[in-house]
Amino acid sequence: MSVSETTPRQRTVLADPAPQEQRAASRKSGWVRRAPLLPALVFIIIMTQLPFAATIVISFMRWNALRPDDRGFAGFGNYAQVFTDANLRSSVVTTVVLTVVVVGVSLVLGLLVALLLDRTFLGRGIVRTMMIAPFLVVPVAAALLWKHALLNPSYGLVNGVLTWVWGLFGSQSPPQVAWLTQFPLVSIELALVWQWTPFMMLILLAGLQSRPADAFEAAKMDGASAFQVFRYITLPHLRRYIDLGATLGAIFIVQNFDAVFTMTSGALGTANLPYTIYQTFFVRQDYGLAAAQGVIVVIGTIVVATFALRSASSLLKEDS
Amino acid sequence: MAATAPATTAAAADAAPPQQYRKHSRLNRPNPLWGLLAWAVGLLFASPVLWMVLTSLHSEVDAATNPPSLLAPLTLDGYRSFFGNSNAWPALINSATASVVSTLLVLALSIPAAYALSIRPVKKWSDVLFFLLSTRFLPIVAAVLPLYLFAVATGALDQIGLLIALYTAMNLPIAIWMMRSFLAEVPVEMLEAAQLDGAGLIRTLRSVVAPVAMPGIAATALICFIFSWQELLLARSLTGVVAGTAPVFLTSFVTSQGLFLAQVSAAATVVSLPVLVAGFAAQDKLVQGLSLGAVK
Repeated sequence: MSVSETTPRQRTVLADPAPQEQRAASRKSGWVRRAPLLPALVFIIIMTQLPFAATIVISFMRWNALRPDDRGFAGFGNYAQVFTDANLRSSVVTTVVLTVVVVGVSLVLGLLVALLLDRTFLGRGIVRTMMIAPFLVVPVAAALLWKHALLNPSYGLVNGVLTWVWGLFGSQSPPQVAWLTQFPLVSIELALVWQWTPFMMLILLAGLQSRPADAFEAAKMDGASAFQVFRYITLPHLRRYIDLGATLGAIFIVQNFDAVFTMTSGALGTANLPYTIYQTFFVRQDYGLAAAQGVIVVIGTIVVATFALRSASSLLKEDS
Repeated sequence: MAATAPATTAAAADAAPPQQYRKHSRLNRPNPLWGLLAWAVGLLFASPVLWMVLTSLHSEVDAATNPPSLLAPLTLDGYRSFFGNSNAWPALINSATASVVSTLLVLALSIPAAYALSIRPVKKWSDVLFFLLSTRFLPIVAAVLPLYLFAVATGALDQIGLLIALYTAMNLPIAIWMMRSFLAEVPVEMLEAAQLDGAGLIRTLRSVVAPVAMPGIAATALICFIFSWQELLLARSLTGVVAGTAPVFLTSFVTSQGLFLAQVSAAATVVSLPVLVAGFAAQDKLVQGLSLGAVK
């Protein structure tokens, strides 16, 4: 039972109550404690658990809005279709590739930038602010920016800079790349890495700044090189921060819809699972199939989220 | 005692001398080359944003040159054509309504909940926290279909109220996590003193908790505002001409339409501006918020 409800001083004041009264009092105080939590908890359960329950029910139904008369129980039919559909299989691969590449590259770049920003130099605060900016651009706006202003083959900044640099050396035929059609997935990855590197950087920088100083001094006195200090002291210390950044990043990037929708509209093998589900639902209007796809994605996410929860809980335990 | 342990240790950690950390950075002899490199990297990452703003201030003809024309004369034509679009203002107002109202609702629900999970914790408070977090990890795309069917059946389709409710639910778990970590910083002695003085829940929250946790509450509000303002999938699926938000408006620029780069850049700049301002305002607490309070 929770002892902290009464301070020692209060306990001496209160006469020793009968056991029955005590139990009733603690039950009542339990509800007093729970009361502030309940509105939020009930609201979340209604808004998030009910739709998912409905998705599971619909996933077992034959239900296409284009054929309203043919509605009924489909058993595992939709799931069979999910696993035999070549498009869907390729969108699973796309999702995995997109997530692994974006999280991996953002983590490495984020670590390098965090190491730079961990040093003292003039204008560090300004550089930190500049680094955060990409993360704060609205994702659709960022995707439009990359699609039209940076990667457009005829007037995008990237090809423009290529023209300019080649022009400096007197070349009239600079390489002009049609980024979005020649390298569609790489283009999306580029835009997402640009947005997520700052996120990784912020988490890893906080990790770097919480390093205990004594281990460093000892290592330096023992004559360890900068690389050895990084490899054997910094990196192990950062391990949990890397886990946290990777898992949180993965959860958001697995769900990415904005970049795929805006930059390529899922064309040329860039359709990931969220985009494919959106298409099944809004274009094919096959509700049963879309729900089955949704359930599969939820199961996949639970696997990833288990890792996320584990790393979040390791930090939480240290916290409390 | 067990129940108050998190708050106690958090307070104890705060009391620990901060000098033992960060000493290493003073040991580094500052080499100006590393500072220059950091500046170069920062400018490289900021350059697309700077380019977006610069392009938005160019004429359509100057915006579409190859190689780029950096020094072209500046004009507000891009912004004029953005605000000249009759859908622009309604979209911005819808976004502001959905983001601000849902953020206020999130605050109203998350502060008491976080109180019950940190200051006077319920039993199994960490199980509750992880349940809340798991609801946020479930992909939104899997819930869009039933939400759409529900909205069609009840006439809530294309209503801003539906988005407000959904954004509140979307941000609430994260907000409770953030808020819990900020409330855990309230010294437990102050709470006990308030309790002995006979202060009730509301009074304790207002006079003891709020002053200490205020920067954290503000940061949580800003981060919830950012997430709501940026959201596209729900808004695109459940709203149309009436309740469409700013990101939905931006999707009208997905397909190229001749010379329109300055206008796209102006639209992207205007829509991103509130989030950039909110993010820079929350900068100091951004990491703690985004990492759900796990990183300080």
